Amino acid sequence: MLKSKTFVRKTRQGAIRKEVREHYLRDDIYCGAPFCKVCDVSGARLSDSASTLLILDTNVVLNQIDLLENPAIDDVVVLSVVLQEVKNKNIGIYNRLRALCSNSSRKFFVFSNEHHRDTYVKEMAGETPNDRNDRAIRVATHWYQSHLSNVVRILLLTNDRENKRKALEEGILADTVESYVKTLGQPELLDLIVQPSSEDVNMEDVEDLRPSKRKVIYTEHKPMSEITSGLLRGIYHQGKLRVNRYNPFEAYVGSESIGDEIIIYGRANMNRAFDGDVVTVELLPQDQWQEEASIAITNEEDDEEDVHLPPSSSDDAPRATNLVQGSAGVSGSVPSRPCGRVVGIIKRNWHSYCGSVEPMPMPAGSGGVAHALFVSKDRRIPKIRIQTRQLGNLLDKRIVVAVDKWDILSRYPSGHYVRTIGVIGDRDTESEVVLLENDVEFKPFSSQVLACLPALPWSASTEDLANPIRQDLRQLRVFSVDPPGCKDIDDALHLVLVSILFFNNISNIADVTNFVHSGTPLDDEAAKRGTSVYLVERRIDMLPKPLTEDICSLRADVERLAFSVIWEMTPRAEIISTKYTKSAIKSCAALSYVEAQARMDDSRLVDPLTTDLRNMNALAKIMRQRRIDRGALTLASAEVKFQIDTETHDPLDIGMYQIREANQMVEEFMLAANVSVAEKILKHFPLCSLLRRHPTPTKEMLEPLIRTASAVGLQLDVSSSKALADSLDRAVGGDPYFNKLIRILATRCMSQAVYFCSGELTPPEFYHYGLAAPLYTHFTSPIRRYADVIVHRLLAASLGIYRLPDVLQDKAQLTSVSDNLNYRHRNAQMAGRASVELHTLIYFRNRQARIVKIRANGFIVFVPKYGIEGPVHLSKEGEWLVDEQQQRVRKSDNSVHYGVLQTVKIHMEVVEPQPHRPKLQLTLINDTDITIM
Amino acid sequence: MEYVNPEGLRLDGRRPLEMRQLRAEIGVVARADGSAVFEMGNTKVIAAIYGPREVQNKSQQINDQAVVRCEYSMANFSTGDRMRKPKHDRRSTEISLVIRQTMEACILTHLMPRSQIDIFVQVLQADGGTRSACINAATLALADAGIPMRDLVTSCAAGYLNTTPLLDLNYVEDSAGGPDVTVGILPKLDKVTLLQMDAKLPLDTFETVMQLAIEGCKAVANYIREILLENTKQLEFRRGV
Repeated sequence: MLKSKTFVRKTRQGAIRKEVREHYLRDDIYCGAPFCKVCDVSGARLSDSASTLLILDTNVVLNQIDLLENPAIDDVVVLSVVLQEVKNKNIGIYNRLRALCSNSSRKFFVFSNEHHRDTYVKEMAGETPNDRNDRAIRVATHWYQSHLSNVVRILLLTNDRENKRKALEEGILADTVESYVKTLGQPELLDLIVQPSSEDVNMEDVEDLRPSKRKVIYTEHKPMSEITSGLLRGIYHQGKLRVNRYNPFEAYVGSESIGDEIIIYGRANMNRAFDGDVVTVELLPQDQWQEEASIAITNEEDDEEDVHLPPSSSDDAPRATNLVQGSAGVSGSVPSRPCGRVVGIIKRNWHSYCGSVEPMPMPAGSGGVAHALFVSKDRRIPKIRIQTRQLGNLLDKRIVVAVDKWDILSRYPSGHYVRTIGVIGDRDTESEVVLLENDVEFKPFSSQVLACLPALPWSASTEDLANPIRQDLRQLRVFSVDPPGCKDIDDALHLVLVSILFFNNISNIADVTNFVHSGTPLDDEAAKRGTSVYLVERRIDMLPKPLTEDICSLRADVERLAFSVIWEMTPRAEIISTKYTKSAIKSCAALSYVEAQARMDDSRLVDPLTTDLRNMNALAKIMRQRRIDRGALTLASAEVKFQIDTETHDPLDIGMYQIREANQMVEEFMLAANVSVAEKILKHFPLCSLLRRHPTPTKEMLEPLIRTASAVGLQLDVSSSKALADSLDRAVGGDPYFNKLIRILATRCMSQAVYFCSGELTPPEFYHYGLAAPLYTHFTSPIRRYADVIVHRLLAASLGIYRLPDVLQDKAQLTSVSDNLNYRHRNAQMAGRASVELHTLIYFRNRQARIVKIRANGFIVFVPKYGIEGPVHLSKEGEWLVDEQQQRVRKSDNSVHYGVLQTVKIHMEVVEPQPHRPKLQLTLINDTDITIM
Repeated sequence: MEYVNPEGLRLDGRRPLEMRQLRAEIGVVARADGSAVFEMGNTKVIAAIYGPREVQNKSQQINDQAVVRCEYSMANFSTGDRMRKPKHDRRSTEISLVIRQTMEACILTHLMPRSQIDIFVQVLQADGGTRSACINAATLALADAGIPMRDLVTSCAAGYLNTTPLLDLNYVEDSAGGPDVTVGILPKLDKVTLLQMDAKLPLDTFETVMQLAIEGCKAVANYIREILLENTKQLEFRRGV
């Protein structure tokens, strides 16, 4: 069974070395066709009734992966030599191909031709590795042909002209992707095909449009060798390109070599780099360092300022530049920030983008190929040229497009259509776009994941209760306080006055790890999702619904399993002792913040629960004060809250999120629990604890805040968090919102808190700046954050309840987990904010009014939402013809009619024609002018 | 890094539970009392036995049993980069000791009092699992020298990568940083004489990995037995019996 064959290979590892590896050839690798008479068919994956088996060339996989992912392409044999080549060239595509191969609904079979006795080829003298691999593909195809010749047709798909020619010579059926897809008779598939570049087979030899008129727009990228030597000599700088979210013609490259950000203005200087690409930059001569905010606008693209939610941290806000100064008219000053231009791209960050096709007239003879421009929703991405045969279908759709190439002759990159999401403006479509753009996994849980759930209806079994590791706390008066309508209750509190000197205070956190075991598909899925994502109208759960809303949720009057932190506290909120235990509890009340607040405020209530609440609140206030004295910042963000119609999920009302004492009370105990747990796990696992830190902002990060504050006559002391907190407290302006606004600005200057593995950093770096805590972690929301699940496992291991899973024992693995969590956490926030933005738009878009009366110069409208009525004046005289008798109005050119009781869209604005006499002005929005997004 | 691909093949085309190809030859050093070459894939080891003979250093002599000495070394050309290696570095001292203790456990030393047995092993080509190959070569050479033994000691390594137990790691797999469990057993007696691992491994996984290594040892033992049988038959033939 084993045939040994050694082959010699030279690899470069600093020096040239000869490496000898064994290479075993086997006779137990099967063809994967279930109808095969010779092979073992137990591992067969191809379909029973396949008429054609496709074998792919490497270039087909590399370029046409979007096509391969379409279910129309099936019964594919993927050769291991192809997999290996793809892996070396593009790991992202390799992963996608691997996913296809392991997807049970797709018929992709991996044939290990490199280890098959009959299909292994040895490199011949003078043969390049590429030619050798092409030959290996042909040999494998040939093997398939002779192996299954009388049953199915074997077709080699290749876009390499030479390979195709040789294949045909050797008597192998070979075809290009394009002509194969054409035989399938599904024209929409053709859109998925990436246009072949010049060295590949051109199907119809489509000539470039007017080649003589095409001119070079961008400069050629420098070759890699020049870039490396340039980097070494210090004339080039390497870094990741970040395009300004607010101005796509401006980008920054953070460069370590000069310790500052290099600004790149304009598409020409950006030289075809995308946001997120790793690029090399050459500095421009200093006299060309412009303060140009204007040059961007002179470019050909539209560039109106968008209304956006304010960014919540410095990570997504553009670094405040000297632009403020520049536009203020300070001339002659030498700009301090270096400008540069991109000379080469080291690593592309291309992926697929959501957006729509730029409106354009249908080309003559529909059904033919149309060239369209795709506009991404992400403004940082330039327009993308695509080819489509279904333009009519796509015009009003949100579509996904992938980028293929961008050559110097083309103003825009070219790409290809991947799939349609739905109709533009539709709430579900737009929500899906939000999720896709933020890389949020929102597919339903797979059956393997759901198989890990305990059977429903679930209740705490006697075994669970009798388990010695679990303390029975069911008789205690435990309650939870959460936002109204909250279904995933993961924390509950308890407080009892033991004696006059002691409070016994317990924070109970849902015992998620009792159900989510390490290494199960459920755990893997949760780790991948990282966090639940809260959109305005829906919640994308990290764990399946039965766990989230029932089994783990600490609902009222049911027995639930919990992980508890038990403190003994003095009435001055000093912690005397801390204990951690798994427990069983029975919550007596699930209160909302409003209810809890009302109970505390209502002095007539003296029942035990209310007394507990009051005691707790008193303690929380002391703890909060102590925290603030230590220098914790009270930061703010502009959180908006929607009231959503339960039936249609359309937003009904919009308002700022209100924070009550009850919120702060719960928050305080949760913070305390997190801090206690962080101390405990770090003590036991100093090298592999998952903690959360908030880096201290640098002076220059706070610069814009100080500048803004001093502009309004405020002096902020930013020397420490304590000083900043104090000066923020003192910053009271004329109106009540002033302080909050300053706090929002302050929040925006800081970077976000991140998860990290304690073994990677030194203890001083563990500091959480915002909370002024030397140690912090997340323990209290395991239902919706995976970090908490890990911390639960760490804590359980530190108590000796369970063994620590292997993943958590390894520093490197934990770091990669925490990186993923940070990424997911951030994406979840971005998705949430994008969703709020979307709903704000939907909310304001639906401001409809009904015409109640037509008058000579306009009409009276009634706005049902606010119950107000007012006149709408029609513009210029003569343009409108009003028929008061018929109660109709029409435009003079007969293009628009309005009748009474008809719905119109209006614009509402408060204007002050005379000082201090504000009035609401209603104006008609011309339907044709309405831009949807 | 993917050491076992989803098709269930390792980098060199073996399946997880397969060993590399074994090859052995007896009587390669004419001057020695017993000698053997043992190959596990690209790992190639030569062993030579001298003894039992008079103890050279009288102070080490033991009155009721034989002294076993072992010297392990790696040829300069055994790895890809030709480096001159110091003779008695920490690693070779440790492996010498390991081999000596393993062999001592199976040689019936009490039958040869006041004598000395020298075992020399040298790695000619290294590709992972040198320790096991050395023990196997030494066993063969001892058998060739006709030294009385309780059983044939055989050894094999197993590892754990990509959550799969792997038998007989080669160099690439060995340098992946995963656990490497080297086991030596007396196959007939079912006794473990050597067990080494320098990594952390959960207990239940460890047991499956160790069980796998033991299976490997048994396979090696069968092979060695075949070789010895073959060798004896040839001796028989030469003597014209």
